[in-house]
Amino acid sequence: MIMTKTELEQLQATAVRVREHVIKMSEGGGCFIGASLSCVELMVYCYARVIRRDRVDGSDQSRRDYLFLSKGHDVPALYGTFVEMGFLAPGRLENHLSTADSIYWHPNRNIPGVEFHSGSLGHLPSVAAGVALDCKLRGGDNRIVVITGDGELNEGSVWETVLVAGAKGLDNLTIVVDRNQFQANIRTEELIPLEPLEDKFKAFGCTVQRIDGHDFAALEGAFAQPGVQGKVNVIIADTVRGRGLPSIEARADRWFCSFTAAEVEQLLQELHGNLKATIESETLVVR
Amino acid sequence: MNYEQLLIETALADERIIVMTAENRALVRSAPAALKGRFIDTGITEQTMIGMAAGLALRGRIPVVHALAPFLTMRAYEFIRTDVGIAHLPVKLSGYIPGFLSDGNGPTHQAIEDVAIMRGIPGMEVYAPADEADLVGMLPAIWGSGAPAYVRINHKPGTYAHAPYVPGKAEIVSKGRDITLLVYGFLFENALRARRLLEAEGLSVGLINMRSLKPVDEAAILEAAGGSERLVTIEDHFQTGGLYSIVAEVLLRHRMMANVTPLSLGERWFKPGLLGQVLETEGFTPEKLVQRVKNANSFQTN
Repeated sequence: MIMTKTELEQLQATAVRVREHVIKMSEGGGCFIGASLSCVELMVYCYARVIRRDRVDGSDQSRRDYLFLSKGHDVPALYGTFVEMGFLAPGRLENHLSTADSIYWHPNRNIPGVEFHSGSLGHLPSVAAGVALDCKLRGGDNRIVVITGDGELNEGSVWETVLVAGAKGLDNLTIVVDRNQFQANIRTEELIPLEPLEDKFKAFGCTVQRIDGHDFAALEGAFAQPGVQGKVNVIIADTVRGRGLPSIEARADRWFCSFTAAEVEQLLQELHGNLKATIESETLVVR
Repeated sequence: MNYEQLLIETALADERIIVMTAENRALVRSAPAALKGRFIDTGITEQTMIGMAAGLALRGRIPVVHALAPFLTMRAYEFIRTDVGIAHLPVKLSGYIPGFLSDGNGPTHQAIEDVAIMRGIPGMEVYAPADEADLVGMLPAIWGSGAPAYVRINHKPGTYAHAPYVPGKAEIVSKGRDITLLVYGFLFENALRARRLLEAEGLSVGLINMRSLKPVDEAAILEAAGGSERLVTIEDHFQTGGLYSIVAEVLLRHRMMANVTPLSLGERWFKPGLLGQVLETEGFTPEKLVQRVKNANSFQTN
């Protein structure tokens, strides 16, 4: 799999459009904008180049790949990607937070493309391991990817899954950590330090790669890497929370944000490098 | 005075208080600076936080622990039941955004079985204040008792001037011959307004702010059942194990029959969205409550 310059540019253009969707979803009610912007390239890359959904033909789903989003609060990036991939009608994003639709702060299977609901952290590594185990039992070459947050790694259930998945030889499972350095409102290393993170996963028996999670070429390299038989794959993707919007990048207080229409307009301009946004909306600190 | 101010003040006056959170700092922003080492953020680790709280309580501390209500009560349930419950330790659980207060988060964040499961633990007390003033009025007694306790935290401002809290007692706002509304927590405010609307239509309507769901004020329930044609239980909770169940248990225990209409979430998670729209969709605005009270026959379930 070699990425051409045109393909790379297409992915980059898609990522910009996904960020536009994310920014628009932060208006009037808000969303987890920071954690959504950190994983845009991860999602776009996975759905464009890793997850083989075209192997699903309605009658036989046994050969398909799966992407599980365990850090469910970054659902705007997922839905933005779904729109760009054509799974979801763009108009539905405008139903954000309406009880008439199912577009809310966490993913759910009323939205086409969502494999499993999430929102409570540390659940989907184990659900993904169950799917991976069944794919093994049936002898398939399916690929199962689960995206977790880094704060999410506080939850013991993640590490239980890593132990069990290793014990069961689930080399068809890839855990991608969106390493954006933040818990909700505090840096991971200031609260519950995770580093050296590669060593932790290695000590648990995983094959570990660490890459720049905003670099499509690096993602291509990591996913193209042949795994080691019987070992769980881990990709630690170093990212920046709020990536693409310098006025909110890597700020502890920009976690859950609800912006005004005028602020969203400014942020869209900022995304395209035209100006630096002035944000006055108070940041909500809990959801 | 709000929750946070009361907590800090109480902790500064009592060395035994330890403030803990599983990285949910909404209610305890100023605690790290004010309490230094007696503020402990364990990260996103609800189970470990509860186990540590039990250890601290074993050493004579009174941990007041914080997390979103669903993760506190359900992720850590077995730790609460086993480490706090069996040992009957004074660990005080503050569950944030219970019930409808999780608005647009979705079912993963909806604590609408919390009353049922927490009251199922022997010795565990369960409280649901009507608003912030009610919360602050109740907490000194809750934190001061030697028992484990779960509080459905409700920090929304209310409009009603509450009577002082008497431990284990409900607040009887009014008595009514036709209907008595029994409610707890955040829905009190809408029940209060629904009561006014029903009274304006000429009905005699009682209203009870349950406050303490365990221990429950049996006398208040029995008196309402005896004095009203019909009781209506109102709760942002599944029907199983909540106030409707509590009322049924009390009536049966006293061999008393009553017409009781449950207004609950039945057997389903609610449609997520902004809070106002959620209340509208789920039928819990004052107007919708009035409509449902009038339409329901005595034995209807929803």
